[in-house]
Amino acid sequence: MSIEVIGTYAVAICLLIGAAFALIGTIGLLKFNDSMTRLHAPTKVGTIGIGALLLASMIHAHVFADGSMHELLIMAFLFVTAPISANFIAKVNIHRRSCDAPPPPPKDDTWSTLNVPEADRELAEPEKV
Amino acid sequence: MTRAFNWLFPHPLLTVLLTVVWILLQNDFSAGMAVFGLILGVIITKVTAVWWPERPGGVSVIKFLSYALIVIWDIMVANIQVAWIVLTKPNSKLRPAWIVIPLDLVQPEAITILAGTITLTPGTVSADLSDEGHSLLVHVLHTDDPDADRDGIKERYERRLKEIFA
Repeated sequence: MSIEVIGTYAVAICLLIGAAFALIGTIGLLKFNDSMTRLHAPTKVGTIGIGALLLASMIHAHVFADGSMHELLIMAFLFVTAPISANFIAKVNIHRRSCDAPPPPPKDDTWSTLNVPEADRELAEPEKV
Repeated sequence: MTRAFNWLFPHPLLTVLLTVVWILLQNDFSAGMAVFGLILGVIITKVTAVWWPERPGGVSVIKFLSYALIVIWDIMVANIQVAWIVLTKPNSKLRPAWIVIPLDLVQPEAITILAGTITLTPGTVSADLSDEGHSLLVHVLHTDDPDADRDGIKERYERRLKEIFA
């Protein structure tokens, strides 16, 4: 078995794993019926699905061409930015009351998303005024 | 000497990181590109130092690497668990829950890494921080025992991060 044959099989397996996890993430996105649980689907695709596809790209570049390190950067940037977008979607859900209200924090007054400055309280909760 | 060093490198680790990113972006190593990356690293850290005046404390690199390996392993295991939940559990049997993690960490960098880790491991998403930063709000996709999940995260990730940022 030459290196090209092993490389081809490795690329194919990585592509299949990545595609399978992307598919499962999409099924989750369609299947769950609550906006907070739906949020869990993209975090899966973002990690294993993209990771396996990028690994396939890296193996292909190293076996059949000069090699490429860009995939490492893509993965690093994805891992750094994916939690931030998930965090923002979660905050929007809390604001829109489209999920169960979170329990109050044990030590502090409230969650920072729900923390409204004194001056804006009337705007934030008009039904209580 | 140290003053000159501090003037030139307000964030030495960030300078190294920017240089490495620049070299990786080139996709081809040459001495000229490394020097240019270093120049960029110095300029960018100096210009942005105004918004980030304090240098984060010492970090144990070896412990951080072992932490990264543990997280990558957990991501893979948890991915398969969550894929199983997605494919086999009907919506009516799904029990999502909020869990609240009281934080022992104080450094903002450490809390950021903990929140990022929690989001990257599938099945949990960190949603919010309390207004004074003493607890973290986490949403779990499916759990039978929220307290056990909370203790698991505290024991597995937070304890290690406390050692790293000690």
